[in-house]
Amino acid sequence: MENLIALLVAAPLLGAAVLLVGGRRLDRAGHWLGTLLAAASFVIGLVLFASLLGKDAEHRTLVQHLWTWVPVESFRADVAFRLDQLSVTFVLLITGVGTLIHLYSVGYMAHDERRRRFFGYLNLFLAAMLILVLADNYLLLYVGWEGVGLASYLLIGFWQHKPSAATAAKKAFLVNRVGDIGLSIAIMLMFTTFGTFAFGPVLTSAGDASEGRLTAIALMLLLAACGKSAQVPLQSWLGDAMEGPTPVSALIHAATMVTAGVYLIVRSAAIFNGAPDAQVAVTVVGAVTLLFGAIVGCAKDDIKKALAGSTMSQIGYMVLAAGLGPIGYVFAIMHLVTHGFFKAGLFLGAGSVMHGMNDEVDMRKFGGLRKYMPVTFVTFGLGYLAIIGFPFLSGFYSKDAIIEAAFAKGGTQGWILGSVTLLGAAITAFYMTRVMLMTFFGERRWQPDADGHDPHPHESPTTMTIPMIVLAIGSVGAGFFFHLGDRFVHWLEPVTGHSEGDSPVGVSVITAATLVCLVVGVGIAWAMYGRRAVPAVAPRGSLLTRAARRDLLQDDFNHVVLVRGGEHLTRSLVYVDHTLVDGVVNGTAAGFGGMSGRLRRVQNGFVRSYAVSMFGGAALLVAATLLMRAV
Amino acid sequence: MSATAQLAAYTTSTGEAFQFWVLGTVAVIGALCTVLMRKAVHSALCLAGTMIVLAVFYLANGAYFLGVVQIVVYTGAIMMLFLFVVMLVGVTAADSLKETIQGQRWLALLCGLGFGVLLFAGIGNASLTQFAGTGRANANGNVQGLAALIFTKYVFAFEITGALLITAAVGAMVLTHRERTERAKTQRELAEQRVREGKHLPPLPAPGVYARHNAVDIPGLLPDGTPSELTVSRTLRERGQVRDVSAEALGDLKALEQRAEERLDRTRIEPPHPRRTEEASK
Amino acid sequence: MNPVNYLYLSALLFTIGATGVLLRRNAIVVFMCVELMLNACNLAFVVFSRMHGNLDGQIIAFFTMVVAAAEVVVGLAIIVSLFRARHSASVDDASLMKL
Repeated sequence: MENLIALLVAAPLLGAAVLLVGGRRLDRAGHWLGTLLAAASFVIGLVLFASLLGKDAEHRTLVQHLWTWVPVESFRADVAFRLDQLSVTFVLLITGVGTLIHLYSVGYMAHDERRRRFFGYLNLFLAAMLILVLADNYLLLYVGWEGVGLASYLLIGFWQHKPSAATAAKKAFLVNRVGDIGLSIAIMLMFTTFGTFAFGPVLTSAGDASEGRLTAIALMLLLAACGKSAQVPLQSWLGDAMEGPTPVSALIHAATMVTAGVYLIVRSAAIFNGAPDAQVAVTVVGAVTLLFGAIVGCAKDDIKKALAGSTMSQIGYMVLAAGLGPIGYVFAIMHLVTHGFFKAGLFLGAGSVMHGMNDEVDMRKFGGLRKYMPVTFVTFGLGYLAIIGFPFLSGFYSKDAIIEAAFAKGGTQGWILGSVTLLGAAITAFYMTRVMLMTFFGERRWQPDADGHDPHPHESPTTMTIPMIVLAIGSVGAGFFFHLGDRFVHWLEPVTGHSEGDSPVGVSVITAATLVCLVVGVGIAWAMYGRRAVPAVAPRGSLLTRAARRDLLQDDFNHVVLVRGGEHLTRSLVYVDHTLVDGVVNGTAAGFGGMSGRLRRVQNGFVRSYAVSMFGGAALLVAATLLMRAV
Repeated sequence: MSATAQLAAYTTSTGEAFQFWVLGTVAVIGALCTVLMRKAVHSALCLAGTMIVLAVFYLANGAYFLGVVQIVVYTGAIMMLFLFVVMLVGVTAADSLKETIQGQRWLALLCGLGFGVLLFAGIGNASLTQFAGTGRANANGNVQGLAALIFTKYVFAFEITGALLITAAVGAMVLTHRERTERAKTQRELAEQRVREGKHLPPLPAPGVYARHNAVDIPGLLPDGTPSELTVSRTLRERGQVRDVSAEALGDLKALEQRAEERLDRTRIEPPHPRRTEEASK
Repeated sequence: MNPVNYLYLSALLFTIGATGVLLRRNAIVVFMCVELMLNACNLAFVVFSRMHGNLDGQIIAFFTMVVAAAEVVVGLAIIVSLFRARHSASVDDASLMKL
């Protein structure tokens, strides 16, 4: 059975190769080929999943060793795939959502002349992401990690004729490099600590290493996760990444790739469990990003950027949960999966709206669209209800579980984290309601564009609505399905471990508090955007609003601290180089030059001068001999 | 008896001491003169003197063979060779002792002084108390003793020295010999060449100012009184040994004229009186 | 008198010769000074021979003389050809290696 694992990766890889190398003759059918191979991968994933279900909980790990990649003495890197409960969950999410988004893209990218290339990139992304989650060692994981980074770069900058897209792609690539350095350092540390970086030996012997070592490795892994998952302080790229086509935003920058950081932390659970300080750092990063993303999401008028803020915030939830340790790992993954459904659905909905509105993204120019796009409205609405945690929809179960786990952490930390997650829930309800109200309710606010064309909003083609409907079903039912009988917890427990925390407050109290927060958030949003008309031009707003519109000054901060600081550092280094280093080098050269100029006069060509030096030398030799004898 | 033998090993006879101090002084003066004399020929003669003194010292030290060789080979052959070369280069050419390289003289003296002090210190420090004397070594005769050593222990060195001497002789010949690459020109050809070039048809003018000088190193004077280089042999010109007496001749002429004038003037004009008293007061 | 005085004389002559080499410009005189140095050495060898009571020192002095003879022959030949080429016997004129 394990021989099928490689096929999982091979199918989209083949698609990428064929589509990217194949050339123009594939233009007509290429997108269907890409979609078919993604679907094939999904089917293989289902088969493997079924085979895992047929085994005992303890034997649900399949390893396929393909070949030894780098055999050098004790350094041994294998190309080997590991399929267990955690990775199969990801495989199903990636291939499932991936297939749907391939299907969606067939319609969405219908008018793009470079559609074949787009599908090639998407397949490349699927292959890389599958390598990432299936890798049996950190080095192969790194290959996948860089692969998704590459695919992300290519897809964000897919419309490379737009300077903003090219810049955004470059920005994402550069910020991700910072995180990648963390991952590479972590791998090196692992090798020096454990002598290997295969999952099995590293994770089982993690307990033997010193806490300092584990903390260092864990912090480096956290840095990697921050880069890939757009967590503070490496969050700045995600908002700009929305320059890419919307299916890309849905697949890569909402459902799958940005959750790779969470996967990395949960996969390295054994390391984090041995490093409590690093876990605290993880929760702090998660909590800060949770609020950061939520606040940014409140202020954006660009529908995709509002959703991007939401993504950042939701991943903050996951990271926070992952930082809680065994009480949170399972819920982090559970929220990851449900988020994959509803956020992908929301993005596809946003794409559908844009598709019908001539690629307009400003929500202030929407309004009252529910009449024109009923399917989009319903699916988007279901996704909306799911994300704000409307009772019995998927977000309700997964987010509630995280809030409970945060309180269950205990002590002051538990109270602080719990409060943050509750506050986050309220803000989530606010900004999502805002998006919903500004887009689908109220009076129409759209205007004829510069050419005088009146946008005529219309429902999207079937290839786009079907994925939205399927994802909406997932958004509604996944949480309940996972929650029923703690199915998901029991499923993942063998891999990540699980423990029930003792919450200082009852589960029902927390649920009630969550619902109160939800109502408050929705209420405020209704008061601001539902009852009153939305102005077509954004009001100036308070200081916080203005800051949030500028992504809470993240780019200004980066500019001042990193760019300016870097420039100053470089300038001072250049100064040191010019004065000190060059001074020493040039000074030595000038010294030798001057000395030679003076010594040159000794070489006057007169035999008698040379004879004097010979004679002087002889005198010195005699003196030395005498001195040696005297001593 | 043994005490005197011991003493004999340490000291020399009074006669030898007297000889050392007198001849040693001569040797040092000779050496100094070699260095300090302006003319090379004087230097050579002083050096020869020093070498003869050294020959005497060799004899005093029991090296009879070397003493004779020193006189015959060194003073007799080598120094004569030197004198020949000096003659070739120019006997009377005197060096200027003015130093041309800046600081060379001081550096040389400093080095020499330092080196000498060091040597003296070295000899003084060495424990040279035992003098065996050459009496026993020379028992069978000095020459026989040397011969025995040269043809046994030092035979290889001796053979190699022979090779060295031959090489030196060949080398000297190669260095001084100039291969004639073309046939020597005949008298006729030379005459024709002279006519062809048309530079100087008649024989070169003779040197010397007749009636006053007739030496070959004195150029003849042209009608205007300037010396003509052409009249002196080329070899002498190159050595820089041309004696220019033209100024002397002109000076003489001027003095003659003055004297004549004075004599003529005395009859014509009475010399001023005060001058005469002045001369008298002198 | 102690025969060591011969050694002092030898050292003195050697030093005078060496200084002469450095001071004089006439190649022939320089060469004579070199001969003076060689002779000073010979004197020292002869005295050493007397000191040790064997003839090896004298043999060395003998060889020195032979070598000196060879050297003089070649050296004077060089001086003569130098004079022919440059019409000067000054060692300072042979300074083509000057920069």
